[in-house]
Amino acid sequence: MTAVESSTRVVLGGTRGGPDVPTLRQDRWWLQPVVTVSVLTAFVIYSTWAAFQNKYYFVGSPVHLVSPFYSPCLASTCVPGSKIGFAFSGWNLSPALLILIFPLGFRLTCYYYRRSYYRAFWWSPPSCAVADAHATYSGETRFPLVMQNLHRYFFFAGLIFNSLLTYDAIDAFRQNGGGVAVTVGTLVLCVNAVLLWAYSLGCHACRHLCGGNVRSFKAHPLRYRFWKFLTPLNAKHMNLAWASLIFVALTDVYVRLVASGALTDYKLF
Amino acid sequence: MADVTMRIWRGDSSGGDFESFTVAQNEGEVVLDVIHRIQATEAPDLACRWNCKAGKCGSCSAEINGKPRLMCMTRMDQLPEGPITVTPMKAFPIIRDLVTDVSFNFAMAERVPALLPPPMPEGGYRMFQEDVERGQEFRKCIECFMCQDVCHVIRDHEDNKQHYAGPRFFIRYAELEMHPLDQNDRRELIREEMGLGYCNITKCCTEVCPEHIHITDNAIIPLKERVVDANYDPVAWLGRKILRRTKRSSADAAVQPAP
Repeated sequence: MTAVESSTRVVLGGTRGGPDVPTLRQDRWWLQPVVTVSVLTAFVIYSTWAAFQNKYYFVGSPVHLVSPFYSPCLASTCVPGSKIGFAFSGWNLSPALLILIFPLGFRLTCYYYRRSYYRAFWWSPPSCAVADAHATYSGETRFPLVMQNLHRYFFFAGLIFNSLLTYDAIDAFRQNGGGVAVTVGTLVLCVNAVLLWAYSLGCHACRHLCGGNVRSFKAHPLRYRFWKFLTPLNAKHMNLAWASLIFVALTDVYVRLVASGALTDYKLF
Repeated sequence: MADVTMRIWRGDSSGGDFESFTVAQNEGEVVLDVIHRIQATEAPDLACRWNCKAGKCGSCSAEINGKPRLMCMTRMDQLPEGPITVTPMKAFPIIRDLVTDVSFNFAMAERVPALLPPPMPEGGYRMFQEDVERGQEFRKCIECFMCQDVCHVIRDHEDNKQHYAGPRFFIRYAELEMHPLDQNDRRELIREEMGLGYCNITKCCTEVCPEHIHITDNAIIPLKERVVDANYDPVAWLGRKILRRTKRSSADAAVQPAP
């Protein structure tokens, strides 16, 4: 057996056709990067502000509402009622700073977000058939971008957070003095949890680990069923990425407004 | 019947420029029809590669108003008003006018290690429908090479052509890696020599594919995840150590099976 050798050499250089301009596109190719930059920048500014606020993240009555930016609340300085069993005693900063690295890392290494920010922020390329803004390019072959390959570990962490936020959403129905109540806030937390699960389960790493990595579907029928279940979610990954991102911020806004007294959590029944 | 102005790139490796033609355009025509009319009436020496005129041969790839498209599948009435720009594919060297030298792709095609099935008597191989369907999508490729053309890794960085196979061949690698009968392990080859890490999944290849193959979601990202299994996942690495499984080196993977 001999190693494959190509008889057709790759010839570099050669004159290319067409004018030497960044693009000949006439449509509004710049619109998508502008929208991406606007939404992501707005989210980063808001979430950073919210994370450093260290107040108005918990509503204790009539139902328990915890902001997703502060759940699980792991610092000993957390508002009573918002804590889970374990707490870091020496942490005096905002408890949000302890946990936000995980959902942030999950989204930062997500294949869909990578596409978006490479285009919108790094201009590599800003849009299809529009020239790359950089003279040299090594892609994700070197540090730090080679670390994008750790996406699946952030996915696992994301599953833990989704479970905790689901617990928060279910726990929110428990009325303070006993009994069950449904308020606008409880529904907001439920929608937030559903969107986060849908986004996480549609993740490409999840699809791969659940069944995509097998060579034969016939030999792994259960994993094939998982893969088939996840594939439609994966096809909607972009929509779910935006929907879950925006809704998680809106959930924090809602809890913040109710906790600060600016809004009353309307009780439905 | 209305007139339309076409700005077409004319030239060869020594240089070129746009030349404008104003010709008639009939209802329902595609860009290739108008190019043929220009050849028939005003510029018989206009070079253009085409064959089936049905979107199945992948010959008439060009850039129409700056976007890679098949000339035979781009209807004139779907383009915006005003002069229409037609240029050759930018990622490849020009031969003449709208014809480019796409031999880079043939060099990369030759480097794809063939299917390596286990030895079995004639008629002994079996594949089941769910496994057939998985690879079927990749078989739709008509080799128009527009995905290669739009991929900024080689479009904007010529030097990467030496170590980057490109989206068209990543779907070929994906098809082989997902083949239930294949015994080869190309993950090291794909990572080290075919440059999968250069792809930053901007999905332009998927956007321009005339066969609507989900190149990024169904081929490139699954390949990236397979490379993560082999190289970047410490748990998978530990599992391989415990189970005493080894992965093939890129040199081993590139070895052709015996005929």
